[in-house]
Amino acid sequence: MMGICGVSLPLFIVIYVIAQGLPAINWDFFTSEPAGGLSGDGGISSVIITTLWLVGATLVVTVPLGIGAAIYLAEYARDTWRTEIVRRGVELLAGIPSIVFGLFGLAIFVQVFDLGLSIISGSLTLACLLLPFMIRSTEEAMRSVPRSHREASLALGATRWQMVRSVVLPSALPGIITGIILCAGGAVAESACLYVVMGGSAEMPGTPLDGGRSLAVHIFYLINETNALDKAMATGAVLMVFVLVLNIATRFLSWQYRARVGGKK
Amino acid sequence: MKMKISTKDLDFYYGDVQALRNISLDIKEGQITALIGPSGCGKSTFLRVLNRMNDTVPKTRCRGQVLLDGKDINYNGTDCVELRKRVGMVFQQPNPFPKSIFENVAYGPKILGMRNKEQLREIVQKSLRAVALWDEVKDNLDKSGLALSGGQQQRLCIARVLAVEPEVLLMDEPCSALDPIATLKIEDLMQELKEEYTIVIVTHNMQQAARVSQWTCFFLMGELVEYGPTSRIFTNPEDQRTKDYISGRFG
Repeated sequence: MMGICGVSLPLFIVIYVIAQGLPAINWDFFTSEPAGGLSGDGGISSVIITTLWLVGATLVVTVPLGIGAAIYLAEYARDTWRTEIVRRGVELLAGIPSIVFGLFGLAIFVQVFDLGLSIISGSLTLACLLLPFMIRSTEEAMRSVPRSHREASLALGATRWQMVRSVVLPSALPGIITGIILCAGGAVAESACLYVVMGGSAEMPGTPLDGGRSLAVHIFYLINETNALDKAMATGAVLMVFVLVLNIATRFLSWQYRARVGGKK
Repeated sequence: MKMKISTKDLDFYYGDVQALRNISLDIKEGQITALIGPSGCGKSTFLRVLNRMNDTVPKTRCRGQVLLDGKDINYNGTDCVELRKRVGMVFQQPNPFPKSIFENVAYGPKILGMRNKEQLREIVQKSLRAVALWDEVKDNLDKSGLALSGGQQQRLCIARVLAVEPEVLLMDEPCSALDPIATLKIEDLMQELKEEYTIVIVTHNMQQAARVSQWTCFFLMGELVEYGPTSRIFTNPEDQRTKDYISGRFG
Protein backbone atom coordinates (compact mmCIF):
# COMPACT_ATOMS: atom_id res chain seq x y z
CA MET A 1 0.00 0.00 0.00
CA MET A 2 2.75 2.41 1.00
CA GLY A 3 4.62 1.31 -2.08
CA ILE A 4 1.76 2.13 -4.38
CA CYS A 5 1.39 5.54 -2.74
CA GLY A 6 5.12 6.15 -3.05
CA VAL A 7 5.10 5.32 -6.73
CA SER A 8 1.87 7.05 -7.65
CA LEU A 9 2.36 10.28 -5.73
CA PRO A 10 5.14 11.73 -7.92
CA LEU A 11 3.24 10.57 -10.99
CA PHE A 12 0.12 12.27 -9.69
CA ILE A 13 2.00 15.54 -9.15
CA VAL A 14 3.36 15.50 -12.67
CA ILE A 15 0.00 14.73 -14.22
CA TYR A 16 -1.78 17.26 -12.04
CA VAL A 17 0.57 20.12 -12.90
CA ILE A 18 0.48 19.34 -16.60
CA ALA A 19 -3.30 18.99 -16.59
CA GLN A 20 -3.72 22.27 -14.76
CA GLY A 21 -1.20 24.06 -16.92
CA LEU A 22 -2.17 22.69 -20.30
CA PRO A 23 -5.12 25.05 -20.96
CA ALA A 24 -2.80 28.05 -20.63
CA ILE A 25 -0.20 26.66 -23.02
CA ASN A 26 -0.44 27.85 -26.58
CA TRP A 27 1.81 29.42 -29.17
CA ASP A 28 1.45 32.88 -27.66
CA PHE A 29 2.53 31.56 -24.30
CA PHE A 30 5.94 30.72 -25.74
CA THR A 31 6.38 33.78 -27.90
CA SER A 32 5.28 36.65 -25.69
CA GLU A 33 6.94 38.21 -22.69
CA PRO A 34 5.23 38.26 -19.33
CA ALA A 35 3.41 41.51 -18.66
CA GLY A 36 5.16 41.78 -15.34
CA GLY A 37 3.98 43.66 -12.30
CA LEU A 38 0.73 42.56 -10.79
CA SER A 39 -0.68 41.36 -14.09
CA GLY A 40 -0.51 37.71 -14.86
CA ASP A 41 -0.86 38.26 -18.57
CA GLY A 42 1.60 37.33 -21.26
CA GLY A 43 3.77 34.30 -21.84
CA ILE A 44 7.23 33.17 -20.89
CA SER A 45 9.45 33.89 -23.92
CA SER A 46 11.90 36.09 -22.02
CA VAL A 47 11.83 33.67 -19.12
CA ILE A 48 12.87 30.76 -21.32
CA ILE A 49 15.68 32.80 -22.86
CA THR A 50 16.85 33.90 -19.42
CA THR A 51 16.81 30.30 -18.25
CA LEU A 52 18.92 29.20 -21.22
CA TRP A 53 21.42 32.02 -20.64
CA LEU A 54 21.54 31.19 -16.98
CA VAL A 55 22.12 27.47 -17.44
CA GLY A 56 24.73 28.03 -20.16
CA ALA A 57 26.72 30.57 -18.19
CA THR A 58 26.49 28.47 -15.04
CA LEU A 59 27.90 25.42 -16.80
CA VAL A 60 30.69 27.45 -18.42
CA VAL A 61 31.87 28.35 -14.92
CA THR A 62 31.00 25.19 -13.01
CA VAL A 63 32.20 22.47 -15.35
CA PRO A 64 35.88 23.44 -15.81
CA LEU A 65 36.27 24.41 -12.15
CA GLY A 66 34.50 21.29 -10.95
CA ILE A 67 36.44 18.92 -13.15
CA GLY A 68 39.72 20.63 -12.31
CA ALA A 69 39.08 20.37 -8.60
CA ALA A 70 37.97 16.76 -8.94
CA ILE A 71 41.11 15.84 -10.87
CA TYR A 72 43.17 17.36 -8.12
CA LEU A 73 41.27 15.62 -5.34
CA ALA A 74 41.07 12.22 -7.03
CA GLU A 75 44.50 12.00 -8.63
CA TYR A 76 46.99 14.38 -7.12
CA ALA A 77 46.07 15.24 -3.54
CA ARG A 78 47.53 12.91 -0.98
CA ASP A 79 45.29 11.82 1.84
CA THR A 80 46.40 14.28 4.48
CA TRP A 81 44.47 16.33 7.00
CA ARG A 82 44.49 19.22 4.54
CA THR A 83 42.73 17.37 1.75
CA GLU A 84 40.41 16.00 4.39
CA ILE A 85 39.47 19.58 5.29
CA VAL A 86 38.88 20.39 1.63
CA ARG A 87 36.70 17.33 1.24
CA ARG A 88 34.72 18.11 4.37
CA GLY A 89 34.38 21.69 3.16
CA VAL A 90 32.96 20.52 -0.14
CA GLU A 91 30.45 18.35 1.69
CA LEU A 92 29.53 21.15 4.05
CA LEU A 93 28.92 23.49 1.12
CA ALA A 94 26.64 20.92 -0.44
CA GLY A 95 24.47 21.01 2.66
CA ILE A 96 23.99 24.79 2.93
CA PRO A 97 20.54 26.11 1.96
CA SER A 98 20.59 27.91 -1.35
CA ILE A 99 19.23 31.16 0.07
CA VAL A 100 22.49 31.53 1.98
CA PHE A 101 24.34 31.30 -1.32
CA GLY A 102 21.97 33.99 -2.54
CA LEU A 103 23.06 36.28 0.28
CA PHE A 104 26.69 35.53 -0.48
CA GLY A 105 26.12 36.23 -4.18
CA LEU A 106 24.35 39.47 -3.35
CA ALA A 107 27.26 40.63 -1.23
CA ILE A 108 30.08 39.46 -3.48
CA PHE A 109 28.99 39.29 -7.10
CA VAL A 110 26.28 41.95 -7.12
CA GLN A 111 28.01 44.47 -4.89
CA VAL A 112 31.77 43.85 -4.57
CA PHE A 113 32.25 42.76 -8.19
CA ASP A 114 29.59 45.27 -9.20
CA LEU A 115 27.89 42.90 -11.62
CA GLY A 116 24.48 44.18 -10.58
CA LEU A 117 21.30 42.18 -10.31
CA SER A 118 21.99 40.19 -13.46
CA ILE A 119 22.03 36.82 -15.11
CA ILE A 120 25.79 36.72 -14.68
CA SER A 121 25.46 37.25 -10.92
CA GLY A 122 22.88 34.49 -10.89
CA SER A 123 25.19 32.17 -12.81
CA LEU A 124 28.14 32.80 -10.53
CA THR A 125 25.95 32.24 -7.48
CA LEU A 126 24.62 29.04 -8.96
CA ALA A 127 28.18 28.00 -9.75
CA CYS A 128 29.05 28.31 -6.06
CA LEU A 129 25.95 26.36 -5.17
CA LEU A 130 26.50 23.57 -7.68
CA LEU A 131 30.28 23.35 -7.61
CA PRO A 132 30.43 20.93 -4.66
CA PHE A 133 27.99 18.73 -6.49
CA MET A 134 29.99 18.84 -9.72
CA ILE A 135 33.22 18.10 -7.86
CA ARG A 136 31.73 15.19 -6.03
CA SER A 137 30.12 13.50 -9.00
CA THR A 138 33.25 13.93 -11.13
CA GLU A 139 35.51 12.67 -8.37
CA GLU A 140 33.31 9.65 -7.86
CA ALA A 141 33.30 8.91 -11.58
CA MET A 142 37.10 9.16 -11.67
CA ARG A 143 37.54 6.96 -8.64
CA SER A 144 35.40 4.27 -10.20
CA VAL A 145 37.87 3.90 -13.06
CA PRO A 146 39.56 0.57 -12.32
CA ARG A 147 42.99 0.62 -10.80
CA SER A 148 44.10 -1.85 -13.46
CA HIS A 149 43.60 0.75 -16.19
CA ARG A 150 45.66 3.29 -14.33
CA GLU A 151 48.43 0.80 -13.71
CA ALA A 152 48.42 -0.31 -17.33
CA SER A 153 48.87 3.25 -18.42
CA LEU A 154 51.63 4.04 -15.93
CA ALA A 155 53.39 0.77 -16.73
CA LEU A 156 53.59 1.88 -20.35
CA GLY A 157 55.56 4.93 -19.33
CA ALA A 158 52.74 7.44 -19.09
CA THR A 159 53.13 10.39 -16.78
CA ARG A 160 50.40 10.94 -14.24
CA TRP A 161 48.79 13.66 -16.31
CA GLN A 162 48.92 11.54 -19.47
CA MET A 163 47.24 8.77 -17.55
CA VAL A 164 44.52 11.11 -16.31
CA ARG A 165 43.89 12.61 -19.71
CA SER A 166 44.02 9.53 -21.87
CA VAL A 167 42.61 6.84 -19.60
CA VAL A 168 40.84 8.18 -16.52
CA LEU A 169 38.88 11.07 -18.00
CA PRO A 170 37.56 9.15 -21.02
CA SER A 171 36.45 6.27 -18.79
CA ALA A 172 34.88 8.66 -16.32
CA LEU A 173 33.13 10.62 -19.05
CA PRO A 174 29.66 9.07 -18.69
CA GLY A 175 29.73 9.90 -14.98
CA ILE A 176 31.01 13.38 -15.66
CA ILE A 177 28.33 14.02 -18.29
CA THR A 178 25.70 12.84 -15.85
CA GLY A 179 27.10 15.28 -13.32
CA ILE A 180 27.02 18.12 -15.82
CA ILE A 181 23.45 17.48 -16.83
CA LEU A 182 22.29 17.12 -13.24
CA CYS A 183 23.99 20.46 -12.58
CA ALA A 184 22.03 21.93 -15.46
CA GLY A 185 18.91 20.45 -13.90
CA GLY A 186 19.86 22.00 -10.58
CA ALA A 187 20.28 25.38 -12.24
CA VAL A 188 16.87 25.09 -13.90
CA ALA A 189 15.20 24.09 -10.67
CA GLU A 190 16.80 26.63 -8.35
CA SER A 191 14.74 29.61 -7.28
CA ALA A 192 15.53 31.03 -3.86
CA CYS A 193 19.05 32.28 -4.44
CA LEU A 194 18.18 33.60 -7.91
CA TYR A 195 15.32 35.61 -6.49
CA VAL A 196 17.94 37.49 -4.50
CA VAL A 197 20.59 38.14 -7.13
CA MET A 198 18.85 38.37 -10.53
CA GLY A 199 16.47 41.26 -10.06
CA GLY A 200 13.49 39.44 -11.50
CA SER A 201 12.90 41.62 -14.56
CA ALA A 202 10.25 40.20 -16.86
CA GLU A 203 11.81 41.72 -19.95
CA MET A 204 13.79 39.96 -22.62
CA PRO A 205 17.46 40.03 -21.59
CA GLY A 206 19.81 41.56 -24.15
CA THR A 207 23.05 40.39 -22.57
CA PRO A 208 23.90 38.27 -19.52
CA LEU A 209 24.51 41.54 -17.68
CA ASP A 210 20.78 42.24 -17.75
CA GLY A 211 18.56 41.00 -14.99
CA GLY A 212 15.85 38.44 -15.51
CA ARG A 213 13.92 35.57 -14.04
CA SER A 214 14.29 31.88 -14.72
CA LEU A 215 11.32 29.56 -15.05
CA ALA A 216 11.36 28.58 -11.40
CA VAL A 217 11.61 32.20 -10.26
CA HIS A 218 8.83 33.19 -12.64
CA ILE A 219 6.52 30.69 -10.98
CA PHE A 220 7.35 32.31 -7.67
CA TYR A 221 6.50 35.77 -9.00
CA LEU A 222 3.28 34.58 -10.61
CA ILE A 223 2.06 33.03 -7.40
CA ASN A 224 3.17 35.87 -5.17
CA GLU A 225 2.14 38.86 -7.20
CA THR A 226 -0.64 37.76 -9.54
CA ASN A 227 -3.70 35.58 -9.62
CA ALA A 228 -2.54 33.67 -12.70
CA LEU A 229 -2.34 30.25 -11.14
CA ASP A 230 -2.96 28.64 -14.53
CA LYS A 231 0.09 30.43 -15.97
CA ALA A 232 2.13 29.28 -13.00
CA MET A 233 1.04 25.71 -13.59
CA ALA A 234 1.84 26.03 -17.28
CA THR A 235 5.29 27.37 -16.46
CA GLY A 236 5.73 24.50 -14.06
CA ALA A 237 4.82 22.07 -16.80
CA VAL A 238 7.40 23.64 -19.13
CA LEU A 239 9.95 23.47 -16.34
CA MET A 240 9.27 19.77 -15.89
CA VAL A 241 9.69 19.20 -19.59
CA PHE A 242 13.07 20.96 -19.39
CA VAL A 243 14.16 18.65 -16.59
CA LEU A 244 12.76 15.62 -18.39
CA VAL A 245 14.68 16.46 -21.56
CA LEU A 246 17.86 16.84 -19.54
CA ASN A 247 17.30 13.47 -17.91
CA ILE A 248 16.67 11.74 -21.20
CA ALA A 249 19.76 13.38 -22.65
CA THR A 250 21.82 12.01 -19.76
CA ARG A 251 20.61 8.51 -20.29
CA PHE A 252 21.01 8.69 -24.02
CA LEU A 253 24.56 10.03 -23.88
CA SER A 254 25.85 7.54 -21.36
CA TRP A 255 24.08 4.68 -23.11
CA GLN A 256 25.61 5.68 -26.42
CA TYR A 257 29.03 6.04 -24.88
CA ARG A 258 28.87 2.65 -23.27
CA ALA A 259 27.80 1.04 -26.52
CA ARG A 260 30.71 2.69 -28.30
CA VAL A 261 33.55 1.65 -25.99
CA GLY A 262 32.11 -1.31 -24.17
CA GLY A 263 32.21 -3.96 -26.85
CA LYS A 264 30.30 -7.01 -25.75
CA LYS A 265 30.48 -6.25 -22.08
CA MET B 1 75.83 -14.63 -19.17
CA LYS B 2 74.96 -10.98 -18.75
CA MET B 3 72.88 -9.85 -15.80
CA LYS B 4 70.00 -7.64 -16.82
CA ILE B 5 68.69 -6.88 -13.36
CA SER B 6 70.35 -7.43 -10.01
CA THR B 7 68.80 -6.72 -6.67
CA LYS B 8 70.92 -6.35 -3.58
CA ASP B 9 69.62 -6.65 -0.01
CA LEU B 10 66.13 -5.62 -0.96
CA ASP B 11 63.64 -5.00 1.85
CA PHE B 12 60.07 -3.98 1.22
CA TYR B 13 57.36 -2.82 3.60
CA TYR B 14 53.62 -2.26 3.35
CA GLY B 15 53.21 0.08 6.27
CA ASP B 16 54.72 -1.87 9.15
CA VAL B 17 54.47 -5.24 7.46
CA GLN B 18 57.65 -6.46 5.87
CA ALA B 19 56.85 -8.14 2.57
CA LEU B 20 60.37 -8.77 1.26
CA ARG B 21 63.42 -9.64 3.32
CA ASN B 22 66.88 -9.14 2.08
CA ILE B 23 66.37 -10.29 -1.49
CA SER B 24 69.54 -10.50 -3.57
CA LEU B 25 68.94 -11.94 -6.98
CA ASP B 26 70.39 -11.73 -10.49
CA ILE B 27 68.12 -11.89 -13.52
CA LYS B 28 69.86 -12.97 -16.67
CA GLU B 29 69.45 -11.26 -19.99
CA GLY B 30 67.51 -12.98 -22.75
CA GLN B 31 66.15 -15.68 -20.45
CA ILE B 32 62.90 -16.40 -18.74
CA THR B 33 63.01 -16.29 -14.97
CA ALA B 34 60.04 -17.65 -13.06
CA LEU B 35 59.11 -16.51 -9.56
CA ILE B 36 57.13 -19.16 -7.71
CA GLY B 37 55.79 -19.50 -4.20
CA PRO B 38 52.52 -19.58 -2.27
CA SER B 39 50.14 -16.62 -2.10
CA GLY B 40 51.47 -13.72 -0.11
CA CYS B 41 55.08 -14.84 -0.38
CA GLY B 42 56.17 -11.57 -1.95
CA LYS B 43 56.76 -12.65 -5.52
CA SER B 44 54.36 -10.13 -7.04
CA THR B 45 55.67 -7.43 -4.77
CA PHE B 46 59.17 -8.23 -5.94
CA LEU B 47 58.10 -8.07 -9.57
CA ARG B 48 56.52 -4.68 -9.03
CA VAL B 49 59.67 -3.36 -7.42
CA LEU B 50 61.46 -3.90 -10.71
CA ASN B 51 59.45 -1.23 -12.53
CA ARG B 52 58.63 0.80 -9.43
CA MET B 53 54.95 0.01 -9.79
CA ASN B 54 54.65 -0.11 -6.02
CA ASP B 55 55.17 3.65 -6.02
CA THR B 56 51.47 3.93 -6.77
CA VAL B 57 50.59 2.07 -3.58
CA PRO B 58 50.45 4.40 -0.58
CA LYS B 59 52.53 3.78 2.54
CA THR B 60 55.10 1.47 1.03
CA ARG B 61 58.84 1.60 1.56
CA CYS B 62 61.61 -0.12 -0.31
CA ARG B 63 65.23 -0.38 0.80
CA GLY B 64 68.16 -1.83 -1.06
CA GLN B 65 69.48 -1.70 -4.59
CA VAL B 66 67.84 -2.62 -7.86
CA LEU B 67 70.40 -2.49 -10.63
CA LEU B 68 69.16 -2.33 -14.20
CA ASP B 69 72.17 -2.77 -16.48
CA GLY B 70 74.29 -1.89 -13.46
CA LYS B 71 72.48 1.36 -12.63
CA ASP B 72 70.44 1.64 -9.45
CA ILE B 73 66.82 2.51 -10.10
CA ASN B 74 65.64 2.27 -6.53
CA TYR B 75 66.15 5.82 -5.33
CA ASN B 76 63.88 8.83 -5.24
CA GLY B 77 65.32 10.62 -8.23
CA THR B 78 64.70 7.76 -10.65
CA ASP B 79 62.79 8.77 -13.74
CA CYS B 80 60.01 6.21 -13.40
CA VAL B 81 58.51 7.17 -16.73
CA GLU B 82 61.79 6.38 -18.45
CA LEU B 83 62.23 3.21 -16.40
CA ARG B 84 58.80 1.88 -17.30
CA LYS B 85 59.50 2.34 -20.99
CA ARG B 86 62.41 -0.03 -20.57
CA VAL B 87 60.71 -2.42 -18.18
CA GLY B 88 57.22 -3.26 -19.40
CA MET B 89 54.56 -5.09 -17.45
CA VAL B 90 51.73 -7.51 -18.21
CA PHE B 91 49.15 -7.85 -15.47
CA GLN B 92 47.19 -10.72 -14.01
CA GLN B 93 43.81 -9.64 -15.30
CA PRO B 94 43.82 -8.69 -18.97
CA ASN B 95 43.32 -4.94 -18.76
CA PRO B 96 42.85 -3.46 -22.21
CA PHE B 97 41.72 0.15 -22.18
CA PRO B 98 38.12 0.77 -23.20
CA LYS B 99 39.41 1.89 -26.57
CA SER B 100 39.73 0.32 -29.98
CA ILE B 101 42.26 -2.45 -30.60
CA PHE B 102 44.36 -0.03 -32.63
CA GLU B 103 44.27 2.65 -29.95
CA ASN B 104 45.24 0.13 -27.30
CA VAL B 105 48.42 -0.85 -29.08
CA ALA B 106 49.20 2.67 -30.26
CA TYR B 107 48.75 4.03 -26.74
CA GLY B 108 52.36 3.67 -25.63
CA PRO B 109 53.97 5.11 -28.77
CA LYS B 110 51.44 7.95 -28.72
CA ILE B 111 52.17 9.05 -25.18
CA LEU B 112 55.84 8.95 -26.09
CA GLY B 113 55.03 11.54 -28.71
CA MET B 114 54.66 9.58 -31.93
CA ARG B 115 52.11 11.26 -34.20
CA ASN B 116 52.97 9.86 -37.62
CA LYS B 117 49.95 7.78 -38.67
CA GLU B 118 51.93 5.58 -41.04
CA GLN B 119 54.53 4.78 -38.38
CA LEU B 120 51.84 4.07 -35.80
CA ARG B 121 50.10 1.69 -38.17
CA GLU B 122 53.36 -0.13 -38.74
CA ILE B 123 54.06 -0.47 -35.04
CA VAL B 124 50.55 -1.68 -34.34
CA GLN B 125 50.80 -4.29 -37.06
CA LYS B 126 54.23 -5.44 -35.97
CA SER B 127 53.22 -5.71 -32.32
CA LEU B 128 50.02 -7.58 -33.11
CA ARG B 129 51.94 -9.95 -35.35
CA ALA B 130 54.45 -10.55 -32.59
CA VAL B 131 51.67 -11.82 -30.33
CA ALA B 132 50.01 -13.77 -33.16
CA LEU B 133 46.88 -11.68 -32.91
CA TRP B 134 47.16 -9.85 -36.22
CA ASP B 135 45.34 -12.39 -38.36
CA GLU B 136 42.50 -12.58 -35.87
CA VAL B 137 41.87 -8.85 -35.60
CA LYS B 138 43.30 -7.18 -38.70
CA ASP B 139 39.85 -6.49 -40.12
CA ASN B 140 38.51 -5.21 -36.82
CA LEU B 141 41.15 -2.82 -35.57
CA ASP B 142 38.44 -0.28 -34.78
CA LYS B 143 36.57 -2.70 -32.57
CA SER B 144 36.77 -2.22 -28.82
CA GLY B 145 39.56 -4.13 -27.12
CA LEU B 146 37.01 -5.24 -24.56
CA ALA B 147 35.10 -7.17 -27.23
CA LEU B 148 37.92 -9.72 -27.53
CA SER B 149 38.06 -12.99 -25.63
CA GLY B 150 40.12 -13.19 -22.45
CA GLY B 151 43.08 -14.84 -24.16
CA GLN B 152 42.97 -12.36 -27.02
CA GLN B 153 42.75 -9.50 -24.54
CA GLN B 154 45.85 -10.70 -22.77
CA ARG B 155 47.74 -10.99 -26.04
CA LEU B 156 46.52 -7.51 -26.90
CA CYS B 157 47.97 -6.30 -23.60
CA ILE B 158 51.28 -7.95 -24.42
CA ALA B 159 51.23 -6.33 -27.86
CA ARG B 160 50.56 -3.02 -26.17
CA VAL B 161 53.69 -3.45 -24.07
CA LEU B 162 55.80 -4.61 -27.02
CA ALA B 163 54.80 -1.48 -28.92
CA VAL B 164 56.99 0.65 -26.67
CA GLU B 165 59.91 -1.74 -27.28
CA PRO B 166 60.94 -2.46 -23.71
CA GLU B 167 64.02 -4.43 -22.78
CA VAL B 168 62.46 -6.35 -19.94
CA LEU B 169 59.00 -7.89 -19.77
CA LEU B 170 57.48 -8.41 -16.33
CA MET B 171 54.52 -10.77 -16.31
CA ASP B 172 52.39 -11.00 -13.19
CA GLU B 173 50.51 -14.31 -13.45
CA PRO B 174 49.59 -13.53 -17.04
CA CYS B 175 47.64 -16.75 -17.57
CA SER B 176 45.76 -17.12 -14.32
CA ALA B 177 42.58 -15.71 -15.83
CA LEU B 178 42.86 -17.71 -19.06
CA ASP B 179 41.73 -21.12 -20.25
CA PRO B 180 44.31 -23.84 -21.08
CA ILE B 181 44.38 -23.18 -24.82
CA ALA B 182 44.87 -19.44 -24.39
CA THR B 183 47.51 -20.23 -21.76
CA LEU B 184 49.37 -22.42 -24.21
CA LYS B 185 49.38 -19.63 -26.77
CA ILE B 186 50.85 -17.19 -24.28
CA GLU B 187 53.52 -19.71 -23.27
CA ASP B 188 54.49 -20.31 -26.89
CA LEU B 189 54.64 -16.59 -27.34
CA MET B 190 56.98 -16.23 -24.39
CA GLN B 191 59.42 -18.65 -25.96
CA GLU B 192 59.57 -16.51 -29.07
CA LEU B 193 59.83 -13.28 -27.12
CA LYS B 194 62.72 -14.39 -24.98
CA GLU B 195 65.01 -14.03 -28.00
CA GLU B 196 64.57 -10.30 -27.77
CA TYR B 197 63.42 -9.63 -24.24
CA THR B 198 64.41 -10.53 -20.75
CA ILE B 199 61.28 -12.00 -19.19
CA VAL B 200 60.38 -12.33 -15.53
CA ILE B 201 57.17 -14.19 -14.83
CA VAL B 202 55.29 -14.65 -11.60
CA THR B 203 53.23 -17.80 -11.66
CA HIS B 204 51.13 -19.85 -9.32
CA ASN B 205 51.31 -22.74 -11.66
CA MET B 206 54.43 -24.85 -11.12
CA GLN B 207 53.99 -26.77 -14.36
CA GLN B 208 54.00 -23.47 -16.13
CA ALA B 209 57.22 -22.40 -14.45
CA ALA B 210 58.77 -25.74 -15.38
CA ARG B 211 57.58 -25.46 -18.98
CA VAL B 212 58.55 -21.91 -19.82
CA SER B 213 61.44 -20.77 -17.68
CA GLN B 214 65.16 -21.34 -17.63
CA TRP B 215 65.58 -20.02 -14.11
CA THR B 216 63.32 -20.40 -11.11
CA CYS B 217 63.21 -18.51 -7.82
CA PHE B 218 61.24 -19.89 -4.93
CA PHE B 219 59.88 -17.27 -2.54
CA LEU B 220 58.44 -18.02 0.88
CA MET B 221 57.19 -15.48 3.41
CA GLY B 222 59.13 -12.64 1.87
CA GLU B 223 62.38 -14.54 1.59
CA LEU B 224 64.15 -15.95 -1.41
CA VAL B 225 64.54 -19.57 -0.44
CA GLU B 226 66.18 -20.97 -3.51
CA TYR B 227 67.28 -19.82 -6.91
CA GLY B 228 68.72 -21.87 -9.71
CA PRO B 229 68.22 -23.38 -13.16
CA THR B 230 64.63 -24.50 -13.53
CA SER B 231 65.62 -28.07 -14.38
CA ARG B 232 67.55 -28.42 -11.17
CA ILE B 233 65.00 -26.69 -8.92
CA PHE B 234 62.29 -29.04 -10.08
CA THR B 235 64.34 -32.24 -10.04
CA ASN B 236 66.81 -31.72 -7.30
CA PRO B 237 65.97 -28.86 -4.95
CA GLU B 238 68.52 -28.16 -2.26
CA ASP B 239 66.21 -26.71 0.34
CA GLN B 240 63.68 -28.89 2.11
CA ARG B 241 61.04 -26.13 1.86
CA THR B 242 61.44 -25.97 -1.91
CA LYS B 243 61.11 -29.72 -2.07
CA ASP B 244 57.92 -29.59 -0.01
CA TYR B 245 56.45 -26.85 -2.13
CA ILE B 246 57.11 -28.32 -5.55
CA SER B 247 55.92 -31.72 -4.43
CA GLY B 248 52.64 -30.04 -3.46
CA ARG B 249 52.94 -30.47 0.27
CA PHE B 250 51.78 -26.89 0.87
CA GLY B 251 50.86 -23.78 -1.09
